[in-house]
Amino acid sequence: MQRRVIFDNKLLPYLLLAPQVAVTLIFFIWPASQAVWQSVHIQDAFGLRSEFVWFENFTAILSDPNYVGTLRITAVFSLSVAVLSMAVALLLAALADAKIKGAAVYKTLLIWPYALAPAVAAVLWMFIFNPEIGSLGRLLNAMGYNWDYRLNGDQALTMVILAASWKQVSYNFIFFLAGLQAIPRSVLEAANIDGAGPVRRFWTITFPLLSPTTFFLLVVDMVYAFCETFGTIHALTHGGPGKATETLIFRVYQDGVVNNDLGASSAQSVLLMVILIVLTTIQFRFVERKVHYS
Amino acid sequence: MSNEHTAGPHSVGRRLIDLVPHIVLIVGVLIFAFPIYVTLIGSTWDAATIGRGSLPMTPGGEAWTNYSQAWSESHGERASYTPVRLMLMNSLIMALSIAVGKIAISILSAYAVAFFRFPLRMVFFWMIFITLMLPVEVRIIPTYKVVADLGMIDSYAGLAIPLIASATATLLFRQFFLTIPDELVEAAKIDGAGPLRFFFDILLPLSKTNIAALFVILFIYGWNQYLWPLLVTNSADMETIVIGITKMIGTGEAANDWNLIMATTVMAMLPPVAVVVFMQRWFIKGLVDSEK
Repeated sequence: MQRRVIFDNKLLPYLLLAPQVAVTLIFFIWPASQAVWQSVHIQDAFGLRSEFVWFENFTAILSDPNYVGTLRITAVFSLSVAVLSMAVALLLAALADAKIKGAAVYKTLLIWPYALAPAVAAVLWMFIFNPEIGSLGRLLNAMGYNWDYRLNGDQALTMVILAASWKQVSYNFIFFLAGLQAIPRSVLEAANIDGAGPVRRFWTITFPLLSPTTFFLLVVDMVYAFCETFGTIHALTHGGPGKATETLIFRVYQDGVVNNDLGASSAQSVLLMVILIVLTTIQFRFVERKVHYS
Repeated sequence: MSNEHTAGPHSVGRRLIDLVPHIVLIVGVLIFAFPIYVTLIGSTWDAATIGRGSLPMTPGGEAWTNYSQAWSESHGERASYTPVRLMLMNSLIMALSIAVGKIAISILSAYAVAFFRFPLRMVFFWMIFITLMLPVEVRIIPTYKVVADLGMIDSYAGLAIPLIASATATLLFRQFFLTIPDELVEAAKIDGAGPLRFFFDILLPLSKTNIAALFVILFIYGWNQYLWPLLVTNSADMETIVIGITKMIGTGEAANDWNLIMATTVMAMLPPVAVVVFMQRWFIKGLVDSEK
Protein backbone atom coordinates (compact mmCIF):
# COMPACT_ATOMS: atom_id res chain seq x y z
CA MET A 1 0.00 0.00 0.00
CA GLN A 2 1.24 3.47 -0.80
CA ARG A 3 -0.06 7.01 -0.46
CA ARG A 4 -1.17 8.95 -3.50
CA VAL A 5 0.65 12.13 -2.58
CA ILE A 6 4.35 11.53 -2.11
CA PHE A 7 7.59 13.47 -2.00
CA ASP A 8 9.98 13.04 -4.87
CA ASN A 9 13.45 13.01 -3.49
CA LYS A 10 16.09 10.59 -4.68
CA LEU A 11 18.52 10.37 -1.79
CA LEU A 12 16.49 11.25 1.29
CA PRO A 13 14.47 8.01 1.66
CA TYR A 14 17.69 5.97 1.75
CA LEU A 15 19.15 8.24 4.40
CA LEU A 16 15.96 7.91 6.45
CA LEU A 17 16.12 4.13 6.21
CA ALA A 18 19.86 3.89 6.80
CA PRO A 19 19.93 3.55 10.63
CA GLN A 20 17.24 0.88 10.80
CA VAL A 21 18.68 -1.04 7.85
CA ALA A 22 22.20 -0.87 9.28
CA VAL A 23 21.10 -2.25 12.65
CA THR A 24 19.00 -4.92 10.96
CA LEU A 25 21.84 -6.05 8.68
CA ILE A 26 24.55 -6.06 11.35
CA PHE A 27 22.61 -7.50 14.28
CA PHE A 28 19.84 -9.55 12.65
CA ILE A 29 20.48 -10.68 9.09
CA TRP A 30 24.22 -11.29 9.42
CA PRO A 31 24.06 -13.27 12.72
CA ALA A 32 21.06 -15.24 11.48
CA SER A 33 22.88 -16.21 8.30
CA GLN A 34 25.96 -17.05 10.36
CA ALA A 35 23.82 -19.41 12.41
CA VAL A 36 22.55 -21.06 9.23
CA TRP A 37 26.10 -21.37 7.90
CA GLN A 38 27.47 -22.81 11.13
CA SER A 39 24.59 -25.23 11.42
CA VAL A 40 25.77 -27.09 8.29
CA HIS A 41 29.48 -27.01 9.20
CA ILE A 42 31.68 -28.60 11.82
CA GLN A 43 34.70 -26.71 13.10
CA ASP A 44 37.94 -28.34 14.16
CA ALA A 45 39.10 -27.99 17.75
CA PHE A 46 41.04 -24.78 17.07
CA GLY A 47 38.32 -23.08 15.09
CA LEU A 48 40.67 -22.81 12.10
CA ARG A 49 38.94 -25.04 9.57
CA SER A 50 35.33 -25.84 8.91
CA GLU A 51 33.95 -28.77 7.05
CA PHE A 52 30.63 -28.80 5.27
CA VAL A 53 28.61 -31.64 6.75
CA TRP A 54 25.09 -31.24 5.32
CA PHE A 55 22.57 -31.92 8.08
CA GLU A 56 24.87 -33.80 10.40
CA ASN A 57 24.44 -31.28 13.21
CA PHE A 58 20.67 -31.49 12.89
CA THR A 59 20.52 -35.29 12.89
CA ALA A 60 22.94 -35.26 15.83
CA ILE A 61 20.75 -33.05 18.00
CA LEU A 62 17.47 -34.59 16.88
CA SER A 63 18.70 -38.08 17.72
CA ASP A 64 19.98 -36.93 21.09
CA PRO A 65 17.42 -38.24 23.62
CA ASN A 66 18.20 -35.26 25.85
CA TYR A 67 17.20 -32.89 23.08
CA VAL A 68 13.99 -34.78 22.43
CA GLY A 69 13.28 -34.54 26.16
CA THR A 70 13.90 -30.81 25.98
CA LEU A 71 11.46 -30.55 23.06
CA ARG A 72 8.83 -32.38 25.08
CA ILE A 73 9.37 -30.18 28.13
CA THR A 74 9.16 -27.06 25.97
CA ALA A 75 5.87 -28.25 24.47
CA VAL A 76 4.36 -29.07 27.87
CA PHE A 77 5.66 -25.83 29.34
CA SER A 78 4.50 -23.56 26.49
CA LEU A 79 1.04 -25.09 26.18
CA SER A 80 0.51 -25.05 29.95
CA VAL A 81 1.58 -21.41 30.21
CA ALA A 82 -0.65 -20.39 27.28
CA VAL A 83 -3.74 -22.28 28.47
CA LEU A 84 -3.39 -21.39 32.13
CA SER A 85 -2.75 -17.69 31.63
CA MET A 86 -5.53 -17.42 29.03
CA ALA A 87 -8.10 -19.22 31.16
CA VAL A 88 -7.46 -17.06 34.22
CA ALA A 89 -7.32 -13.88 32.12
CA LEU A 90 -10.58 -14.69 30.32
CA LEU A 91 -12.41 -15.34 33.58
CA LEU A 92 -11.19 -12.06 35.09
CA ALA A 93 -11.82 -10.07 31.91
CA ALA A 94 -15.37 -11.40 31.51
CA LEU A 95 -16.13 -10.36 35.07
CA ALA A 96 -14.40 -6.97 34.88
CA ASP A 97 -16.17 -6.19 31.61
CA ALA A 98 -19.61 -6.53 33.22
CA LYS A 99 -21.13 -3.32 34.48
CA ILE A 100 -20.08 -3.74 38.08
CA LYS A 101 -18.99 -1.18 40.61
CA GLY A 102 -15.27 -0.47 40.69
CA ALA A 103 -14.53 -2.12 37.34
CA ALA A 104 -11.88 0.53 36.59
CA VAL A 105 -10.13 -0.13 39.91
CA TYR A 106 -10.07 -3.87 39.29
CA LYS A 107 -8.59 -3.24 35.85
CA THR A 108 -5.73 -1.14 37.22
CA LEU A 109 -5.04 -3.71 39.93
CA LEU A 110 -4.90 -6.52 37.37
CA ILE A 111 -2.79 -5.00 34.60
CA TRP A 112 0.29 -3.85 36.51
CA PRO A 113 2.05 -7.27 36.58
CA TYR A 114 2.70 -6.65 32.88
CA ALA A 115 5.46 -4.31 34.04
CA LEU A 116 7.40 -7.06 35.83
CA ALA A 117 10.31 -8.80 34.17
CA PRO A 118 9.80 -12.58 33.89
CA ALA A 119 12.89 -13.04 36.07
CA VAL A 120 11.49 -10.69 38.74
CA ALA A 121 8.17 -12.55 38.72
CA ALA A 122 10.15 -15.74 39.26
CA VAL A 123 12.01 -14.19 42.19
CA LEU A 124 8.71 -13.14 43.80
CA TRP A 125 7.49 -16.74 43.54
CA MET A 126 10.71 -17.95 45.06
CA PHE A 127 10.18 -15.69 48.09
CA ILE A 128 6.90 -17.51 48.71
CA PHE A 129 7.55 -21.08 47.59
CA ASN A 130 11.18 -21.54 48.58
CA PRO A 131 11.04 -24.56 50.96
CA GLU A 132 13.30 -22.84 53.48
CA ILE A 133 12.33 -19.17 53.52
CA GLY A 134 8.97 -19.09 51.70
CA SER A 135 5.81 -19.07 53.81
CA LEU A 136 3.82 -21.30 51.45
CA GLY A 137 6.79 -23.55 50.73
CA ARG A 138 7.21 -24.15 54.45
CA LEU A 139 3.48 -24.58 54.90
CA LEU A 140 3.42 -27.33 52.26
CA ASN A 141 6.20 -29.15 54.07
CA ALA A 142 4.57 -28.64 57.46
CA MET A 143 1.42 -30.25 56.05
CA GLY A 144 3.45 -33.33 55.24
CA TYR A 145 3.76 -32.67 51.51
CA ASN A 146 7.38 -33.11 50.50
CA TRP A 147 7.90 -29.80 48.69
CA ASP A 148 11.26 -28.82 47.26
CA TYR A 149 11.26 -27.65 43.66
CA ARG A 150 15.07 -27.60 43.75
CA LEU A 151 15.15 -31.40 44.05
CA ASN A 152 11.87 -32.61 42.53
CA GLY A 153 11.62 -32.25 38.73
CA ASP A 154 7.83 -32.23 38.50
CA GLN A 155 7.58 -29.63 41.21
CA ALA A 156 10.21 -27.52 39.45
CA LEU A 157 8.26 -27.66 36.18
CA THR A 158 5.03 -26.76 38.00
CA MET A 159 6.79 -23.88 39.69
CA VAL A 160 8.16 -22.35 36.45
CA ILE A 161 4.80 -22.85 34.69
CA LEU A 162 2.98 -21.05 37.51
CA ALA A 163 5.50 -18.20 37.72
CA ALA A 164 5.54 -17.73 33.94
CA SER A 165 1.73 -17.84 33.66
CA TRP A 166 1.24 -15.51 36.62
CA LYS A 167 3.20 -12.82 34.81
CA GLN A 168 1.42 -13.35 31.48
CA VAL A 169 -2.17 -13.14 32.79
CA SER A 170 -2.19 -9.33 32.70
CA TYR A 171 -1.24 -9.23 29.01
CA ASN A 172 -4.03 -11.69 28.11
CA PHE A 173 -6.42 -9.80 30.36
CA ILE A 174 -5.83 -6.53 28.48
CA PHE A 175 -6.49 -8.16 25.10
CA PHE A 176 -9.52 -10.16 26.24
CA LEU A 177 -10.96 -7.00 27.74
CA ALA A 178 -10.40 -5.12 24.47
CA GLY A 179 -11.98 -8.04 22.59
CA LEU A 180 -14.99 -8.10 24.90
CA GLN A 181 -15.52 -4.37 24.56
CA ALA A 182 -15.56 -4.72 20.78
CA ILE A 183 -18.56 -7.08 20.92
CA PRO A 184 -21.70 -5.10 20.06
CA ARG A 185 -23.93 -4.69 23.10
CA SER A 186 -26.99 -5.28 20.93
CA VAL A 187 -25.97 -8.91 20.34
CA LEU A 188 -25.72 -9.61 24.06
CA GLU A 189 -28.93 -7.73 24.81
CA ALA A 190 -30.80 -9.75 22.22
CA ALA A 191 -29.61 -12.94 23.90
CA ASN A 192 -30.62 -11.50 27.25
CA ILE A 193 -34.16 -10.90 26.01
CA ASP A 194 -34.25 -14.45 24.67
CA GLY A 195 -33.80 -15.50 28.26
CA ALA A 196 -30.27 -16.92 28.10
CA GLY A 197 -28.51 -16.88 31.46
CA PRO A 198 -25.13 -15.16 31.83
CA VAL A 199 -23.07 -18.39 31.71
CA ARG A 200 -24.92 -19.76 28.67
CA ARG A 201 -24.72 -16.34 27.02
CA PHE A 202 -20.97 -16.37 27.54
CA TRP A 203 -20.34 -19.79 26.00
CA THR A 204 -22.77 -19.56 23.08
CA ILE A 205 -22.21 -15.94 22.05
CA THR A 206 -19.32 -14.16 23.72
CA PHE A 207 -16.72 -16.92 23.54
CA PRO A 208 -17.17 -17.71 19.81
CA LEU A 209 -17.01 -13.98 19.03
CA LEU A 210 -13.74 -13.80 20.98
CA SER A 211 -12.10 -16.56 18.96
CA PRO A 212 -9.85 -14.21 16.92
CA THR A 213 -8.49 -12.74 20.17
CA THR A 214 -8.11 -16.21 21.69
CA PHE A 215 -6.20 -17.49 18.71
CA PHE A 216 -3.97 -14.43 18.56
CA LEU A 217 -3.19 -14.76 22.27
CA LEU A 218 -2.43 -18.46 21.91
CA VAL A 219 0.33 -17.64 19.42
CA VAL A 220 1.67 -14.68 21.42
CA ASP A 221 1.70 -16.74 24.63
CA MET A 222 3.53 -19.59 22.91
CA VAL A 223 6.18 -17.17 21.65
CA TYR A 224 6.42 -15.67 25.14
CA ALA A 225 6.81 -19.12 26.68
CA PHE A 226 9.43 -20.00 24.09
CA CYS A 227 11.61 -16.91 24.36
CA GLU A 228 10.99 -14.57 27.23
CA THR A 229 10.66 -17.17 29.95
CA PHE A 230 14.38 -17.75 29.76
CA GLY A 231 14.57 -15.28 32.67
CA THR A 232 11.98 -17.20 34.69
CA ILE A 233 13.86 -20.46 34.31
CA HIS A 234 17.31 -18.96 34.77
CA ALA A 235 16.23 -17.25 37.98
CA LEU A 236 14.31 -20.19 39.49
CA THR A 237 15.78 -23.52 38.45
CA HIS A 238 18.65 -23.05 35.94
CA GLY A 239 16.96 -25.75 33.88
CA GLY A 240 17.18 -28.25 36.71
CA PRO A 241 16.96 -30.36 38.68
CA GLY A 242 18.65 -32.53 36.10
CA LYS A 243 17.05 -31.29 32.89
CA ALA A 244 13.51 -31.13 34.28
CA THR A 245 12.92 -27.48 33.31
CA GLU A 246 15.30 -27.14 30.38
CA THR A 247 13.48 -25.47 27.48
CA LEU A 248 14.84 -25.08 23.95
CA ILE A 249 16.15 -21.56 24.53
CA PHE A 250 17.76 -22.58 27.78
CA ARG A 251 19.49 -25.45 26.01
CA VAL A 252 20.83 -23.13 23.26
CA TYR A 253 22.22 -20.89 25.95
CA GLN A 254 23.68 -23.85 27.79
CA ASP A 255 25.32 -25.39 24.69
CA GLY A 256 26.50 -22.16 23.13
CA VAL A 257 27.55 -20.00 26.07
CA VAL A 258 28.32 -22.45 28.84
CA ASN A 259 29.61 -25.45 26.85
CA ASN A 260 30.82 -23.46 23.83
CA ASP A 261 29.58 -26.01 21.27
CA LEU A 262 28.97 -23.80 18.22
CA GLY A 263 27.72 -26.39 15.71
CA ALA A 264 25.11 -27.90 18.00
CA SER A 265 24.02 -24.49 19.26
CA SER A 266 23.68 -23.07 15.73
CA ALA A 267 21.63 -26.03 14.52
CA GLN A 268 19.33 -25.48 17.49
CA SER A 269 19.14 -21.75 16.72
CA VAL A 270 18.10 -22.56 13.17
CA LEU A 271 15.39 -24.95 14.41
CA LEU A 272 14.15 -22.24 16.77
CA MET A 273 14.07 -19.69 13.97
CA VAL A 274 11.97 -22.08 11.90
CA ILE A 275 9.53 -22.56 14.79
CA LEU A 276 9.33 -18.80 15.35
CA ILE A 277 8.86 -18.07 11.65
CA VAL A 278 6.01 -20.59 11.52
CA LEU A 279 4.36 -19.11 14.61
CA THR A 280 4.63 -15.49 13.45
CA THR A 281 3.46 -16.37 9.94
CA ILE A 282 0.37 -18.04 11.37
CA GLN A 283 -0.20 -14.93 13.46
CA PHE A 284 0.13 -12.58 10.49
CA ARG A 285 -2.03 -14.65 8.19
CA PHE A 286 -4.68 -14.43 10.82
CA VAL A 287 -4.21 -10.71 11.48
CA GLU A 288 -4.71 -10.02 7.78
CA ARG A 289 -8.06 -11.77 7.95
CA LYS A 290 -9.08 -9.81 11.00
CA VAL A 291 -8.37 -6.54 9.18
CA HIS A 292 -10.61 -7.68 6.33
CA TYR A 293 -13.50 -8.47 8.59
CA SER A 294 -13.50 -5.26 10.59
CA MET B 1 -41.72 -7.47 33.27
CA SER B 2 -44.17 -8.45 36.00
CA ASN B 3 -41.88 -11.07 37.49
CA GLU B 4 -39.50 -8.30 38.58
CA HIS B 5 -41.53 -8.03 41.76
CA THR B 6 -40.89 -11.63 42.74
CA ALA B 7 -37.39 -12.51 41.50
CA GLY B 8 -36.19 -9.05 40.51
CA PRO B 9 -32.74 -7.57 41.07
CA HIS B 10 -33.63 -6.63 44.64
CA SER B 11 -34.15 -10.10 46.05
CA VAL B 12 -31.56 -11.43 48.50
CA GLY B 13 -30.59 -14.37 46.27
CA ARG B 14 -29.94 -12.07 43.35
CA ARG B 15 -27.77 -9.82 45.51
CA LEU B 16 -25.62 -12.77 46.55
CA ILE B 17 -25.17 -13.74 42.91
CA ASP B 18 -24.15 -10.14 42.15
CA LEU B 19 -21.38 -10.52 44.72
CA VAL B 20 -19.75 -13.47 42.95
CA PRO B 21 -17.90 -11.40 40.31
CA HIS B 22 -16.53 -9.15 43.05
CA ILE B 23 -15.33 -12.10 45.09
CA VAL B 24 -13.59 -13.70 42.10
CA LEU B 25 -12.01 -10.40 41.04
CA ILE B 26 -10.81 -9.67 44.57
CA VAL B 27 -9.26 -13.14 44.80
CA GLY B 28 -7.58 -12.43 41.45
CA VAL B 29 -6.25 -9.08 42.64
CA LEU B 30 -4.95 -10.70 45.84
CA ILE B 31 -3.15 -13.48 43.95
CA PHE B 32 -1.27 -10.77 42.08
CA ALA B 33 -0.70 -8.53 45.08
CA PHE B 34 0.33 -11.16 47.64
CA PRO B 35 3.89 -11.83 46.38
CA ILE B 36 4.50 -8.09 46.21
CA TYR B 37 3.23 -7.67 49.76
CA VAL B 38 5.50 -10.44 51.03
CA THR B 39 8.48 -8.82 49.28
CA LEU B 40 7.66 -5.39 50.72
CA ILE B 41 7.37 -6.84 54.21
CA GLY B 42 10.55 -8.88 53.76
CA SER B 43 12.46 -5.76 52.80
CA THR B 44 11.75 -4.32 56.28
CA TRP B 45 13.18 -7.23 58.30
CA ASP B 46 16.70 -8.52 58.91
CA ALA B 47 18.31 -11.36 56.96
CA ALA B 48 18.20 -13.81 59.87
CA THR B 49 14.43 -13.50 60.37
CA ILE B 50 13.78 -14.17 56.68
CA GLY B 51 16.39 -16.93 56.50
CA ARG B 52 14.73 -18.79 59.39
CA GLY B 53 11.54 -18.80 57.34
CA SER B 54 9.63 -16.98 60.06
CA LEU B 55 8.82 -13.80 58.18
CA PRO B 56 5.91 -12.03 59.95
CA MET B 57 3.03 -10.54 57.95
CA THR B 58 3.59 -7.06 59.39
CA PRO B 59 6.43 -4.60 58.66
CA GLY B 60 9.62 -4.78 60.71
CA GLY B 61 11.96 -1.95 61.66
CA GLU B 62 14.86 -2.55 59.29
CA ALA B 63 13.49 -0.76 56.24
CA TRP B 64 15.86 2.19 56.40
CA THR B 65 18.94 0.03 57.03
CA ASN B 66 18.09 -2.40 54.24
CA TYR B 67 17.24 0.16 51.60
CA SER B 68 20.11 2.50 52.32
CA GLN B 69 22.54 -0.39 52.41
CA ALA B 70 21.26 -1.90 49.16
CA TRP B 71 21.23 1.55 47.57
CA SER B 72 24.78 2.67 48.27
CA GLU B 73 27.07 0.02 49.71
CA SER B 74 25.25 -3.26 49.27
CA HIS B 75 27.48 -5.51 51.27
CA GLY B 76 25.34 -7.69 53.46
CA GLU B 77 26.49 -10.09 56.16
CA ARG B 78 27.38 -12.76 53.63
CA ALA B 79 28.59 -11.07 50.49
CA SER B 80 28.81 -7.74 48.75
CA TYR B 81 26.91 -6.75 45.64
CA THR B 82 26.80 -4.06 42.99
CA PRO B 83 25.05 -1.06 44.62
CA VAL B 84 21.44 -0.62 43.55
CA ARG B 85 21.97 3.00 42.50
CA LEU B 86 24.52 1.81 39.93
CA MET B 87 22.31 -1.02 38.66
CA LEU B 88 19.28 1.27 38.47
CA MET B 89 21.34 3.73 36.45
CA ASN B 90 22.41 0.95 34.07
CA SER B 91 18.84 -0.29 33.68
CA LEU B 92 17.58 3.25 33.14
CA ILE B 93 20.19 4.01 30.48
CA MET B 94 19.49 0.70 28.73
CA ALA B 95 15.69 1.07 28.84
CA LEU B 96 15.75 4.71 27.69
CA SER B 97 18.27 4.05 24.89
CA ILE B 98 16.24 1.11 23.63
CA ALA B 99 12.91 2.97 23.79
CA VAL B 100 14.19 6.24 22.28
CA GLY B 101 16.39 4.41 19.74
CA LYS B 102 13.59 2.15 18.54
CA ILE B 103 11.16 5.06 18.19
CA ALA B 104 13.68 7.30 16.41
CA ILE B 105 14.88 4.83 13.79
CA SER B 106 11.40 3.40 13.27
CA ILE B 107 9.63 6.70 12.71
CA LEU B 108 12.29 7.67 10.16
CA SER B 109 12.04 4.42 8.23
CA ALA B 110 8.23 4.45 8.35
CA TYR B 111 8.35 7.98 6.94
CA ALA B 112 10.58 6.81 4.08
CA VAL B 113 8.39 3.82 3.27
CA ALA B 114 5.08 5.69 3.48
CA PHE B 115 5.91 9.04 1.84
CA PHE B 116 8.48 8.24 -0.83
CA ARG B 117 8.61 6.03 -3.88
CA PHE B 118 12.06 4.68 -4.65
CA PRO B 119 13.79 1.55 -5.95
CA LEU B 120 14.03 -1.37 -3.47
CA ARG B 121 11.36 0.18 -1.24
CA MET B 122 9.60 -3.14 -0.61
CA VAL B 123 12.90 -5.00 -0.19
CA PHE B 124 13.75 -2.74 2.73
CA PHE B 125 10.27 -3.02 4.10
CA TRP B 126 10.39 -6.83 4.17
CA MET B 127 13.89 -6.80 5.56
CA ILE B 128 12.66 -4.79 8.53
CA PHE B 129 9.58 -6.97 8.75
CA ILE B 130 11.46 -10.26 9.15
CA THR B 131 13.28 -8.97 12.24
CA LEU B 132 9.94 -9.57 13.91
CA MET B 133 10.53 -13.27 13.47
CA LEU B 134 14.04 -13.30 14.88
CA PRO B 135 14.00 -12.32 18.55
CA VAL B 136 17.45 -12.19 20.12
CA GLU B 137 16.77 -15.42 22.01
CA VAL B 138 16.91 -17.55 18.86
CA ARG B 139 20.18 -16.14 17.54
CA ILE B 140 22.13 -15.43 20.72
CA ILE B 141 25.50 -16.93 19.89
CA PRO B 142 26.11 -15.34 16.45
CA THR B 143 24.74 -11.98 17.64
CA TYR B 144 26.98 -12.16 20.68
CA LYS B 145 29.92 -12.83 18.39
CA VAL B 146 29.17 -9.76 16.25
CA VAL B 147 28.97 -7.57 19.34
CA ALA B 148 32.20 -9.05 20.69
CA ASP B 149 34.00 -8.48 17.36
CA LEU B 150 32.84 -4.87 17.39
CA GLY B 151 34.29 -4.44 20.90
CA MET B 152 30.90 -3.63 22.36
CA ILE B 153 30.95 -6.06 25.30
CA ASP B 154 30.41 -4.31 28.64
CA SER B 155 29.23 -1.09 27.03
CA TYR B 156 25.89 0.70 26.92
CA ALA B 157 26.08 0.62 23.12
CA GLY B 158 26.37 -3.17 23.25
CA LEU B 159 23.41 -3.40 25.62
CA ALA B 160 21.10 -1.22 23.56
CA ILE B 161 22.00 -0.93 19.85
CA PRO B 162 21.54 -4.61 18.86
CA LEU B 163 18.00 -4.42 20.26
CA ILE B 164 16.82 -1.17 18.66
CA ALA B 165 15.67 -2.44 15.27
CA SER B 166 11.89 -2.59 15.50
CA ALA B 167 9.48 -4.01 12.98
CA THR B 168 6.57 -3.47 15.36
CA ALA B 169 7.21 0.26 15.78
CA THR B 170 7.87 0.72 12.05
CA LEU B 171 4.61 -1.02 11.13
CA LEU B 172 2.70 1.03 13.69
CA PHE B 173 4.03 4.36 12.43
CA ARG B 174 3.51 3.34 8.81
CA GLN B 175 -0.07 2.37 9.58
CA PHE B 176 -0.65 5.75 11.18
CA PHE B 177 1.07 7.67 8.35
CA LEU B 178 -1.21 6.02 5.79
CA THR B 179 -4.23 7.54 7.54
CA ILE B 180 -2.94 11.09 7.15
CA PRO B 181 -5.10 12.79 4.48
CA ASP B 182 -3.45 13.50 1.13
CA GLU B 183 -4.87 17.04 1.30
CA LEU B 184 -2.68 17.81 4.29
CA VAL B 185 0.45 16.72 2.46
CA GLU B 186 -0.61 18.61 -0.68
CA ALA B 187 -1.29 21.78 1.30
CA ALA B 188 2.11 21.54 2.94
CA LYS B 189 3.78 21.06 -0.45
CA ILE B 190 1.93 24.06 -1.91
CA ASP B 191 3.08 26.12 1.06
CA GLY B 192 6.61 25.22 0.03
CA ALA B 193 7.40 22.78 2.83
CA GLY B 194 10.08 20.26 1.88
CA PRO B 195 10.02 16.67 3.15
CA LEU B 196 12.11 17.46 6.25
CA ARG B 197 10.07 20.51 7.14
CA PHE B 198 6.87 18.48 6.73
CA PHE B 199 8.29 15.74 8.95
CA PHE B 200 9.34 17.98 11.80
CA ASP B 201 6.55 20.59 11.69
CA ILE B 202 3.53 18.44 10.85
CA LEU B 203 4.14 14.70 11.10
CA LEU B 204 6.06 14.63 14.37
CA PRO B 205 3.48 16.71 16.31
CA LEU B 206 0.68 14.54 14.88
CA SER B 207 2.48 11.39 16.06
CA LYS B 208 2.71 12.53 19.70
CA THR B 209 0.14 10.06 21.04
CA ASN B 210 1.63 7.16 19.13
CA ILE B 211 5.10 8.05 20.36
CA ALA B 212 3.92 8.22 23.97
CA ALA B 213 2.10 4.91 23.69
CA LEU B 214 5.08 3.19 22.12
CA PHE B 215 7.45 4.72 24.62
CA VAL B 216 5.62 3.12 27.54
CA ILE B 217 5.72 -0.42 26.17
CA LEU B 218 9.25 -0.10 24.80
CA PHE B 219 10.57 1.29 28.08
CA ILE B 220 9.18 -1.75 29.86
CA TYR B 221 10.54 -4.03 27.15
CA GLY B 222 13.99 -2.48 27.60
CA TRP B 223 13.91 -2.49 31.39
CA ASN B 224 12.95 -6.17 31.52
CA GLN B 225 15.62 -7.49 29.14
CA TYR B 226 17.33 -10.52 30.62
CA LEU B 227 19.17 -12.87 28.28
CA TRP B 228 20.90 -10.12 26.31
CA PRO B 229 22.37 -8.17 29.27
CA LEU B 230 23.34 -11.51 30.84
CA LEU B 231 25.44 -12.23 27.74
CA VAL B 232 27.02 -8.89 26.93
CA THR B 233 27.93 -7.66 30.41
CA ASN B 234 30.66 -9.26 32.46
CA SER B 235 31.78 -6.48 34.76
CA ALA B 236 29.78 -5.84 37.92
CA ASP B 237 29.67 -2.11 37.09
CA MET B 238 27.56 -2.82 34.02
CA GLU B 239 25.02 -5.07 35.70
CA THR B 240 21.37 -4.19 35.18
CA ILE B 241 19.08 -4.49 38.18
CA VAL B 242 17.09 -7.50 36.91
CA ILE B 243 20.31 -9.46 36.37
CA GLY B 244 21.67 -8.14 39.67
CA ILE B 245 18.83 -9.71 41.66
CA THR B 246 19.37 -13.22 40.32
CA LYS B 247 23.12 -12.87 40.84
CA MET B 248 22.47 -11.92 44.48
CA ILE B 249 20.24 -14.96 44.93
CA GLY B 250 22.73 -17.42 43.46
CA THR B 251 21.53 -20.92 44.22
CA GLY B 252 18.80 -19.73 46.59
CA GLU B 253 20.16 -21.05 49.86
CA ALA B 254 18.58 -20.00 53.15
CA ALA B 255 21.80 -18.25 54.16
CA ASN B 256 21.42 -15.32 51.78
CA ASP B 257 21.16 -11.60 52.39
CA TRP B 258 17.43 -11.89 51.75
CA ASN B 259 16.72 -8.48 53.28
CA LEU B 260 18.92 -6.77 50.70
CA ILE B 261 17.63 -9.00 47.90
CA MET B 262 14.03 -8.08 48.71
CA ALA B 263 14.82 -4.36 49.00
CA THR B 264 16.61 -4.57 45.64
CA THR B 265 13.62 -6.38 44.10
CA VAL B 266 11.25 -3.65 45.29
CA MET B 267 13.47 -0.98 43.73
CA ALA B 268 13.72 -3.00 40.50
CA MET B 269 9.94 -3.19 40.19
CA LEU B 270 9.14 0.43 41.01
CA PRO B 271 10.11 2.21 37.75
CA PRO B 272 8.28 -0.06 35.25
CA VAL B 273 5.24 -0.49 37.50
CA ALA B 274 5.04 3.28 37.99
CA VAL B 275 5.20 3.78 34.22
CA VAL B 276 2.34 1.31 33.66
CA VAL B 277 0.15 2.65 36.44
CA PHE B 278 0.62 6.37 35.75
CA MET B 279 0.58 6.11 31.97
CA GLN B 280 -2.13 3.44 31.87
CA ARG B 281 -4.13 4.99 29.02
CA TRP B 282 -1.11 5.26 26.73
CA PHE B 283 0.16 1.90 27.82
CA ILE B 284 -3.02 0.09 26.78
CA LYS B 285 -3.19 2.02 23.51
CA GLY B 286 0.44 1.17 22.76
CA LEU B 287 0.00 -2.48 23.57
CA VAL B 288 -3.20 -3.00 21.61
CA ASP B 289 -2.16 -0.84 18.61
CA SER B 290 1.25 -2.39 18.19
CA GLU B 291 -0.27 -5.87 17.89
CA LYS B 292 -2.75 -4.89 15.17
